[in-house]
Amino acid sequence: MSESKRRALRARGKAAALGPDLDLDSFSRETQSWSYCPLSSLPIDITQRSLDVGIRSDEEGRAATYFQIDHSVVYKSIEKAFEGKVEAMSTREALKKYDWLRDYWWGLVAVDTDKYTALAELRWDQGYFFRVLEGQRVTLPLQSCLFISGDNLNQNVHNIIIAEPRSEVQIITGCVVHPNVHKGLHVGISEFYVKEGAKLTFTMIHNWTQDFDVRPRTAALVEEEATFINNYVCLKPVKSLQMYPVAYCKGAESRVRFNSILYGSGHSYLDVGSKVVLQGDGSRGEVVARAIATDHAQIYARGFLVGEHRESKAHLECRGLLLSDTALIKAVPELLGKVVGTELTHEAAVGKIAEEQVQYLMARGFSEAEAESLIVRGFMDISVFGLPENLRNEIRRLVETTTERVL
Amino acid sequence: MVKTVCALKIEDLSVEVGGKRILTDVDLEVPRGEVHILFGPNGSGKTSLIMSILGLSAYRVVSGKIWFDGRDITSLPINERVRTGIGVAFQSPPTIRGVKLGDIIRSFVGEGPEAEKKEHGLIETINFPRAILERDLNLGFSGGELKRSEVLQVLAQEPDFVILDEPDSGVDVENLELTGNVINNFLKERSALLITHLGYILRYVDADLAHVIINGTVVCSGKPLVILSQIMREGYRWCEKCPRVREERCELGEKPRL
Repeated sequence: MSESKRRALRARGKAAALGPDLDLDSFSRETQSWSYCPLSSLPIDITQRSLDVGIRSDEEGRAATYFQIDHSVVYKSIEKAFEGKVEAMSTREALKKYDWLRDYWWGLVAVDTDKYTALAELRWDQGYFFRVLEGQRVTLPLQSCLFISGDNLNQNVHNIIIAEPRSEVQIITGCVVHPNVHKGLHVGISEFYVKEGAKLTFTMIHNWTQDFDVRPRTAALVEEEATFINNYVCLKPVKSLQMYPVAYCKGAESRVRFNSILYGSGHSYLDVGSKVVLQGDGSRGEVVARAIATDHAQIYARGFLVGEHRESKAHLECRGLLLSDTALIKAVPELLGKVVGTELTHEAAVGKIAEEQVQYLMARGFSEAEAESLIVRGFMDISVFGLPENLRNEIRRLVETTTERVL
Repeated sequence: MVKTVCALKIEDLSVEVGGKRILTDVDLEVPRGEVHILFGPNGSGKTSLIMSILGLSAYRVVSGKIWFDGRDITSLPINERVRTGIGVAFQSPPTIRGVKLGDIIRSFVGEGPEAEKKEHGLIETINFPRAILERDLNLGFSGGELKRSEVLQVLAQEPDFVILDEPDSGVDVENLELTGNVINNFLKERSALLITHLGYILRYVDADLAHVIINGTVVCSGKPLVILSQIMREGYRWCEKCPRVREERCELGEKPRL
């Protein structure tokens, strides 16, 4: 038995530090096996749902694609123009192909963090491996979809993403359930390695359902002069979502930015944080979070900046908008300076829609409902995220489409 | 333009905010095609009168009526009042993150090549760069940008009746000249009520009549430049000493026409 299995076994009953504790036995592990096929031959209810989270079944404007349904890899491909520049496959296949990948596997996320990391090791259901080769600037985004088609299913994926030195890439990941799925559990381990001088922009869009539980566990290592931008969008209801991704700015002049947009509705429970550890000389971190809570939703928006090196600097900005008296937003910003010369700052604000703003827009001819909708949309504006133009337009379109449905 | 029909008529209006009386028995009439000025010291009720005309929820009408084009708008929601043809440039507009100035302008001019051309023309008129349209509404705007943004929105709306709340405060000389000329040009064949504290805008705008408001009441009306020169000479203390305020008679101005 491997060491990671042994550690996982010891942690399989360990509750997570945050979020409601889940009974893992209440979820099913049984599912049909999906056969490998072109995306165009997938049922329309799957391709349509995937499109909602930015996954194009026609693969237009995408450099590479990975598509997993439940526990099966149904498709992977690399566009001709990008062959020899990027690699895209399941992590199972990648581990068979590359012995060295073992050094990356559980290299950043501890397998015994809690029962969910343990579950991902003990009941591992694939996941994707994306690697951008040294010096390659991939002009189109890579896309991956983690789809759940069976009700009450448990899916545990483990993803490894490597941006080799001086490479540049954008990745869009969509996690989504079939319309017939009401409950289930998704556990996603994601480990990012952003090497010297590389730039990785990762965008994850979640589209769950009211009784679904989600436990991502993410960590990134950012080397010298490398940049890691992590965008997270969750606009649909979810029973419980708890995640606290961490990025280690290990290299000198490394850069990390976490952007998130959360819209909590129904009885959603969202506990979402971002942690930046500044370990490199001149490293920089930025966390920007927008949270909207309505109905009976509870949102815990956390941020944790740790300064471990001189000349490092990070800022955290969290804004919460409450649309209902029965909803809750708690902003929890934390700063920990460990050395002289690190500069950590934060600003957090939680409030309701300002009447002054609504009335101002009404004075421009909008109805009260239109004015409120405009303010909420504006609150979720992603232009503050500092994204490349093509990605910004794409995410904006996705956010607007979803916002239109939820508002 | 026929000047005999009343664009805005305020009749015996009393208003409270948070239980405190801020306007008392205000009577004011702006005939169609006329530009009127509202003078008054700080805290006299100028902006409160504008907010009451607009119908902001904090401003509770205790008695009286507001008529626009012969229609009683006293109980209408803000947006419906505006749709009757009233456009307002606010003195201190709020910041709204994520809502772009362009969103507002496009809500008035629409989409498509023709609308785009019109939008282009408007921002050129007000001497803004195109990029201003993609900025969050009033976020980080300078004093001059705020005023020009407000005027730009009114230009895009093309209302019949224009209310401008201190378009000349906090604006540098170049911007004052620019906005003043734009406003004057726009107000031709329109009706308007302009609030001004120091009267700088009168260098550029041809006004028909001025009113002075003191302690929430319109105390006199008269020729704008005559009233302004008196205020400039003696300040609003003169108004407090004015016989009309004390004895319902003003030697300088005219009796309000209502």
